[in-house]
Amino acid sequence: MLELKNVSYNVDEDGGEIEIIRNVDLEIGSGKLVVVTGPNGGGKSTLAKLIAGIIKPTEGRIYFNGEDITDAGITERAQKGIAFAFQQPVRFKGIRVYDLIRIASGKRINTAEACTYLSKVGLCARDYINREINSSLSGGELKRIEIATVLARNAVLSVFDEPEAGIDLWSFTNLVDVFRKIRESSEERSILIISHQERILETADEIVVLRDGGIGAFGRREDILPGLIGTSSAVSACSRLASEGRI
Amino acid sequence: MVKLDEIQKRLMAEVADLHKVPEGAYNLRVNGESAGRQSSENIEIVSKTDVSGLEIHIKPGTKNESVHIPVVLTQSGMKETVYNDFFIGEDSDVLIVAGCGIDNCGEQDSEHDGIHRFFVGKNARIKYVEKHYGSGTGRGKRILNPGTEVYQEEGSTVEMEMVQIKGVDDTVRTTTAELKEGAKLTVRERLMTHGSQNAVSTYVISLNGNGSSADVVSRSVARDDSYQKFDARIIGNAPSHGHTECDSIIMDRGRILAVPGLEANDLDAELVHEAAIGKIAGDQLIKLMTLGLSEQEAEEQIINGFLR
Repeated sequence: MLELKNVSYNVDEDGGEIEIIRNVDLEIGSGKLVVVTGPNGGGKSTLAKLIAGIIKPTEGRIYFNGEDITDAGITERAQKGIAFAFQQPVRFKGIRVYDLIRIASGKRINTAEACTYLSKVGLCARDYINREINSSLSGGELKRIEIATVLARNAVLSVFDEPEAGIDLWSFTNLVDVFRKIRESSEERSILIISHQERILETADEIVVLRDGGIGAFGRREDILPGLIGTSSAVSACSRLASEGRI
Repeated sequence: MVKLDEIQKRLMAEVADLHKVPEGAYNLRVNGESAGRQSSENIEIVSKTDVSGLEIHIKPGTKNESVHIPVVLTQSGMKETVYNDFFIGEDSDVLIVAGCGIDNCGEQDSEHDGIHRFFVGKNARIKYVEKHYGSGTGRGKRILNPGTEVYQEEGSTVEMEMVQIKGVDDTVRTTTAELKEGAKLTVRERLMTHGSQNAVSTYVISLNGNGSSADVVSRSVARDDSYQKFDARIIGNAPSHGHTECDSIIMDRGRILAVPGLEANDLDAELVHEAAIGKIAGDQLIKLMTLGLSEQEAEEQIINGFLR
């Protein structure tokens, strides 16, 4: 489904070039749930942005269902079936939750249909459907709405960049269910999640460990996960909340 | 009632959402003449005798009624100044829809200057909607200079919605208000300018009564080579609350000047001004593009939402 061939991404800084992603080869098959983990600063979010087309690789090619999409823009990739959930959701003035879900679905949908996506992320649809996506919403609410917009896209490949960030424990449990349901809904649809949460890693079919911009390890969950437990690449939900100062 | 042509009908629909003769009291003004008028049992519309314009008398206690007084100009080169006075009786609750549409296909400038005065009785409540719209391909400018004066008695509430989205070349809008005890004024202004248009909006609001309050929020978009000036002044002469907000998006070579003006003449006057001007945020465009919209479609959605 998605194939990265020798992909590198460099940025210019202080007169020199810094490698953020280097020579990554990666293949994500149909119907797979793949979690990308690794230490902070390892290039995880950059990898997600390269796939969504928000940034373009310095070297290498990206293929989607056999087609070279390296030069395709964000819109074109979205239309081909790649969805992307931002780590930090964007706020808008005047655009309502309903508007965003409608745009995401790509068709005229009624309020009841839009509400089903909100319910899936644990929001009482009636309270949110007409809210503006502005600073009156909390970080956690925005994050769940962000995930709802990606669900509404019914995309072939959904990429979630740290979906658990800013979400409370109760929602977190539901979030894991959401991924499981997408996964079970079709054998064609794949999910790529950037996360170092143990609970999310446990749901993966395959795990990628990204370290210093390169692939440190890639394989089946049962082969990779045991080696990650207890490291920063697989933290438990409680330790995450503790590190955020919330318990 | 005078028969309207297609352009005039379209302008009526744009400025007053009128697709047929409205219910309740109305006066339709077309090219300087009345094209239809109706008073109701509680709302009387009469022509002024000294100058061009109307007097609208709303009886005390009138509830859930509306007045429509749209104006359209389709003759190139027409210039008019109209004085409309609204006398709103105590304890009434009414909707007033004004607005002006100009279609200028000619070479000469067309101009409508509407001076509206509102005398709002004790505990009365009005919602005032004013839309401006211009169309036509002529080189003659479409000019609208509305002047609005509001005098609010004790406990009255005025809610104003001012909208100018398209086609008006030149606007100087002046709004003044004087509020007595417990009176409340809210203004929502939405403005978009394009081409080489020029728009100036000035507010001077005097909070004279104990517990009076005003909230003026302007959202605007300046595209192409257009220019806007938003000048909002609130004067707190009594224990009162005042808030103004100017939130603007600039595009292309558009320019905006926001002038905050707060004057507190009473220790218990609480006045706040907020202003923000900037281009469309890049991450907003990217987010909508990841949902499948083109950059241009994303821009339209952001602007439409912003001016909603």
